[in-house]
Amino acid sequence: MTGYSITRTGWTAIFRTGGSGIVDIMRTVRTLFMLALRTPAGRIGLPIVLIHLILALFGTWLAPYSPTAFVGPQLDAPSWQFLMGTDVFGRDILSRVMSGAGSIIGISAAGALLGIALGTIVGMGSGYKGGKTDEVVMRIMDGLMSFPSLLMALLVLTIFASSDIGRRLPQEGWVILTIGVVFMPPISRVMRSTTLALKTQEFVQSARMRGEPSPYIIFREILPNTWSVLAVELSVRLSYAILLASSLGFLGLGVQPPSPDWGLMISESRRYIVTAPWVALAPAFAVSSLIIGVNLLTDGIRQARRLPKKGTYQ
Amino acid sequence: MVRFLAIRLSLIVLTLLVVSVVIFMVTEVLPGDAAQQALGQSVTPESLEALRAKWGLDRPAHVRYFDWIGSALQGDLGDSYKYNKPVVEIVGPRLYNSVILLVFAFVISVPTAVITGVWAGVRRSSFGDQFASIVSLVGISLPEFVTGILFIVIFASWLHWLPSSSILLPGTSPLTRPSILVLPTLTMTGVLFAYLMRMTRANVIDVMETNYVRTAILKGLPMRRIIFRHIIPNAMLPTISVIAVNIGWMLGGLIIVENVFAYPGIGSLLLVSIQSRDVPILQALALIIAMTYAASNLLADLSYGLLNPRIRISS
Repeated sequence: MTGYSITRTGWTAIFRTGGSGIVDIMRTVRTLFMLALRTPAGRIGLPIVLIHLILALFGTWLAPYSPTAFVGPQLDAPSWQFLMGTDVFGRDILSRVMSGAGSIIGISAAGALLGIALGTIVGMGSGYKGGKTDEVVMRIMDGLMSFPSLLMALLVLTIFASSDIGRRLPQEGWVILTIGVVFMPPISRVMRSTTLALKTQEFVQSARMRGEPSPYIIFREILPNTWSVLAVELSVRLSYAILLASSLGFLGLGVQPPSPDWGLMISESRRYIVTAPWVALAPAFAVSSLIIGVNLLTDGIRQARRLPKKGTYQ
Repeated sequence: MVRFLAIRLSLIVLTLLVVSVVIFMVTEVLPGDAAQQALGQSVTPESLEALRAKWGLDRPAHVRYFDWIGSALQGDLGDSYKYNKPVVEIVGPRLYNSVILLVFAFVISVPTAVITGVWAGVRRSSFGDQFASIVSLVGISLPEFVTGILFIVIFASWLHWLPSSSILLPGTSPLTRPSILVLPTLTMTGVLFAYLMRMTRANVIDVMETNYVRTAILKGLPMRRIIFRHIIPNAMLPTISVIAVNIGWMLGGLIIVENVFAYPGIGSLLLVSIQSRDVPILQALALIIAMTYAASNLLADLSYGLLNPRIRISS
């Protein structure tokens, strides 16, 4: 919170000092990971998440076969040649699972980030403004939250994604947007209460006294103090996002075939489940271990935040 | 109390009204109306107009809305576009099937989750607590379709104990073939149990750290009495609101579980109706969901009062 000047307008201040914001975020993330490693849950969760991240980045490249090529006999049981067996088209399941990591992690992370961005803007704006505006905005958010999230996602996807204009954006984009919209209300609630708590603090009061514009106060004074709240919220939302994205994939509304998608692979396996159960097992294990890893890491971060501080960690 | 109930009930009616308007508007902007969906792309404009006139789609939206709400109040929810039958005949049996599934899942998961949660919370950090925590973490991490598929693989493909799908002949009750209910119920139960158990455990641990529990322990009350009189009533307050919120969430889970097992309930009907733009069915289902949600929230608020005298009536 140094280097401000009264004459600077809020928005240019944000862009001009944007660099330090990213350093702040990186520092918070690193601290949280270090903290998480001090708990058993974090020590198990972090490696699982890292393996998935490596698969997401290099999975297509590491996979033994192409995810969409017909390389073997149909519905072949696991063997040394095809470690996880083949699906109904004779595609290698292991390769499809490895190549599918990127899309599910990318979509979920982008959706969760979008939800965080939308929720932060709405929640901080509403909390900072206060009064009637706050009341109305929060009632709307309550109303949005009263719909089951999967139902809301279904409605958003079918209304927009299947329209003529909607088809111009790839389905992945629509799933990301849907997750963002569904996540906005709960995140805005958290960010509103955080803002309400910070609003009364001295550094915010003095910024007001100096006559700083509201966007400056919100983004340069309040926001940097919420990174740790946001990081925890992001890790919680990430596991929900993976759940939601894979469920939408399972219902056939996510990534479209022949692209490898874990939810879709499980859904396609349903027809041969009695004769070829291995088609379902590999993607089921992949999606479960990913969510378990993220949840363990989140648990570790949460526990660690309650531990007494020691050493150089802050 | 009467005043409180009257206000809450009128709020529920208002909510339902808002939901019905919203759903109507949403289905209004759905691209391609039901007539287009029913007849497909290669259809003459004349027959499209004829079907629209038959279903009344050629009238302005607000006229159709008031027409619909008028007959809905008299118990007539209109005819389904897709099935050409009264909505009540389609939704009724499906709703019955879903309610059976939900009731079984609820009756099994809520008591077991609360008991396990209290048990684990009281023995915090013991081996049993850590084991229960790991199991419940895995439970909340598995999506319903994964649990469902795993159950099918284990109990249907490997052990051959239970059928792999829950298809029902129209007009038959699932209670006549209980074997098809087992796997869907287990799947619904799994996630709910894990979630509620974690919630109860966390609340019990919070309550255990309060001064009044410490006082109760120090003055030598028997542990059984502390658990039942001090810990459980206080720990149950947040859990009850979680159960109420979860009813909404369970309706989402219903869509997935019914889809995995091909079980004929409102979840699978909802998916089909969205895809076929079956507005009358969608309207009816949205009202059912909103009503369930509002009713469960009201019940939660009422049970709050029962457990905590401080917030009785005054709120």
